[in-house]
Amino acid sequence: MDNVATHGSAHGHAHDHHEHHELGFWRKYVFSVDHKVIGIQYAITALCFLLFGFSLMMMMRWQLAYPGAPIPLIGNLFGPDKAPGGVMLPEFYNMLGAMHGTIMVFLGVVPLAVGGFGNFVMPLQIGAPDMAFPKLNMMSYWVYFCGGVTMLVSFFMPQGAAQSGWTSYPPLSVINQGGQTLWLIGMVFLITSSLLGSVNFIVTIVQLRAKGLSFMRMPFFVWAQFVTSFLLLLAFPPLEAAGVLQLMDKLAGTSFFLPSGLVVANQVVTGVTGVAEGATRAGGGNPILWQHLFWFLAHPEVYVLILPAMGIIAEVIANNTRKPLWGYRALVYAVGFLGFMSFIVWAHHMFMTGMGTTMSAFFQTTTMIISIPSVVILTALLLSLWGGSIRYTTPMLFALAFLPMFGIGGLTGLPLGLAPSDIHLHDTYYVIGHFHYVVAPGTIFALFAGIYHWFPKATGRKMNEMLGKIHFWGSFVCINTVFMPMFAQGLAGMNRRMYDGGGMYDHNKVVLGHLLGHAITPVSLNIVIGFGAWGLGLFQLPFIINFFSSIKWGKAVNQNPWEATTLEWAAPSPPGHGNFLTEPIVYRGPYEYSVPGAPSDFTPQFEPERA
Amino acid sequence: MSHSDPAEIKKTVRTYLIVGAALYVGTIVTVAVNHVHLVVPMAITAALIIASVKGSLVASIFMHLSHEKRWIYGSLLLTVAFFIVLLSVPLLTTLDNIGSPNASQTVIVGDHMKMER
Amino acid sequence: MDMNIPYTVEERPDTGLYNGKLGVWLFLASEVMLFGALFSAYIILRSGSVEWPHGELSIPFGTANTFILIGSSVTMVMAWASLKLNQWSRHKLFLGLTLLLSAAFLVNKYFEYSEHLSKGEGPWHSTFFGLYWTLTGLHGLHILGGMTVMLYLLGPGAKLHKTNPEQFTNRVEVTGLYWHFVDLVWIFLFPILYLL
Repeated sequence: MDNVATHGSAHGHAHDHHEHHELGFWRKYVFSVDHKVIGIQYAITALCFLLFGFSLMMMMRWQLAYPGAPIPLIGNLFGPDKAPGGVMLPEFYNMLGAMHGTIMVFLGVVPLAVGGFGNFVMPLQIGAPDMAFPKLNMMSYWVYFCGGVTMLVSFFMPQGAAQSGWTSYPPLSVINQGGQTLWLIGMVFLITSSLLGSVNFIVTIVQLRAKGLSFMRMPFFVWAQFVTSFLLLLAFPPLEAAGVLQLMDKLAGTSFFLPSGLVVANQVVTGVTGVAEGATRAGGGNPILWQHLFWFLAHPEVYVLILPAMGIIAEVIANNTRKPLWGYRALVYAVGFLGFMSFIVWAHHMFMTGMGTTMSAFFQTTTMIISIPSVVILTALLLSLWGGSIRYTTPMLFALAFLPMFGIGGLTGLPLGLAPSDIHLHDTYYVIGHFHYVVAPGTIFALFAGIYHWFPKATGRKMNEMLGKIHFWGSFVCINTVFMPMFAQGLAGMNRRMYDGGGMYDHNKVVLGHLLGHAITPVSLNIVIGFGAWGLGLFQLPFIINFFSSIKWGKAVNQNPWEATTLEWAAPSPPGHGNFLTEPIVYRGPYEYSVPGAPSDFTPQFEPERA
Repeated sequence: MSHSDPAEIKKTVRTYLIVGAALYVGTIVTVAVNHVHLVVPMAITAALIIASVKGSLVASIFMHLSHEKRWIYGSLLLTVAFFIVLLSVPLLTTLDNIGSPNASQTVIVGDHMKMER
Repeated sequence: MDMNIPYTVEERPDTGLYNGKLGVWLFLASEVMLFGALFSAYIILRSGSVEWPHGELSIPFGTANTFILIGSSVTMVMAWASLKLNQWSRHKLFLGLTLLLSAAFLVNKYFEYSEHLSKGEGPWHSTFFGLYWTLTGLHGLHILGGMTVMLYLLGPGAKLHKTNPEQFTNRVEVTGLYWHFVDLVWIFLFPILYLL
């Protein structure tokens, strides 16, 4: 009995010590519940997907620049059903297009911006030990991973990957053979991951803020993540529902999206009054229903793409101008209003669907209104530069470039948001130019800024400035070379999603001007764009080299190398388990730079008041 | 925590049972009204009103929403607003001349054309 | 991996909430949008149709299931109330009853589904049946999910009651909130699909 009692108490004693036991390799680095590890997992996975999606585009640009020419170097790897003799088939082009969009948006940018930066930085910036639901957080990452694998596997299906655009419009998406089914299943995984993550983010921000951190003292980055999470929470479910409906159409023979009397390639698909007519399906469906449910998500989704980026830019600008952000309150109200409005503009993607004029006017109005908070945010960020003592570090260069690039992206959205001009511009390269300006030199530049900015916190080392500047300048020049000509192409009427660049249409032979004796046509611009794209690819090499080599050989730094004011810089670099060595307490707002009378040009949030 | 007092909880238990009974009555009413064979718009209205009453009872009493906190209310209010948008706006886009006094309304879906009024 | 996350059990003073409660309400908000999208699909497809079936579904089955599910909501909230009153065996009784009633609901649905299938009325049969199968199928999956959690709380999860009774009570409350929502969806599904 004595032995049992002793053994029992000894076991209990050992169990107390178990609070700080060492986790094995798998629990520490693979199935970790620590938000920092999960954030890095998201970031690395997302960066890989970004590179992959980018490569798909580089191949597409080859076909557009030199239609019918065999793809150099790798052309023979794709087999006769995708690229016989190395020449890209139209079906393959469509696969690349659909998957480029899907991968960049759902597997690349959002997981990096929200899953990566949100997970790593946000709990640190609010002084929390971790997320509210650490195990749920881990699950979110692995479900995202499964979704990503599902999407990649679809390339190896007999008929290839999805090829109906990232927008998957029926009837084509339902009727097309190929990886669309896997695309839908992949989306269900990704949406689930997103929903779990957004619940976690909101609860964490509401419940786990440190003492003294009121909402109006939160860094703008946290506000941006907060609003983004509400967008993900409420806008994604309709797409999940639509995905289920389309899956039913593909697998269970329903016709939610297939109208009656549909005939494809002389085959009757849906009956006029039901299945009895010898048709394969009942009919009675509505393709526009898919568009409504898709865009109900996909419009807020674009704000999911930009809001975290704006959050990052705000942090980098405040830190590198050594002064507070201009208009903090305006920024907060604007981002909240923007989030709300984003739910009631979606049908500006559907002006050409035969909508009644009243509702068309409604959506044009809300779309014009939503540009106001957007401009407020951009203006506040711009005015934040005024009178600043600017440090031209690599993150700051990316942040400075973001401002005009996002400006161009936003302004070019206006003729798209008004139905009359949209009649001409809809589905042209103007649209592609517009949204890429916002996402590519917009969001992705902001994400680069964030990587350079927070790399020291995550690794304890700075990235190399010289490589960073090469990365920046090369990317900046090339990315504008890629997307600026697209506005000219679109205005001339060049359609998107044409695998030969639309060369067969007369309006694409319009001469836009002459340069050095050569006529510039919308089609010939494809060559310029192609070289821009391939150059852009090359200039990511300094970044990749910098990223990995700095982990080992970057200049070692202390906990606050940028002399910043927000809470994450109170934790060690990198932070340990539980993040902070002592309980963080917040004494002031997030951007107390250059406070008159203060001993240095920054007064961190977490520094106690001097006596 | 709210209502940890045993006497209070016993009172709430009574409320739960009463509401349960009310929901049963509501269900009977729902089926009974269906037997009356109202015009479709009236039938829809009646059914939705009864369901909403039942739903409100479940939400406010069983889910304790009647004395929940501001964060919950706020999130739900926002959700309800977007829910209403999601249910009404796509339908409205199928109507051609909302608010126009003389025009008849044409609904075009797939290859079926339906004229109303 | 035992990170001590604040406000998992006790409420945060300024919000008056513990984490799980806010979490589940936010999750339910997303579920409102999920079923909302399906209701929207129903509205669009029905308003755009020339004719719409009536009386295809068994009202007795539907009514019975409505009574069953409402009953399970009552037993679920009683299970939580019993916990607050420290009546462990009554709690287990009510939780078990909730599971039983949910199973009865699913059994009924099994009979309904089989009957429809035997008449060739699968989801492919018409837009109406497509919506019926999808809406009730998704709802049924939610019931299965809820039952899984309840089984866990009755079985291996019940151990938490010994070590941290408040946290266990919170878990039961949160499960109850989810369950009432499932009931709420059915309260709307029943008239829309079976009666209108």
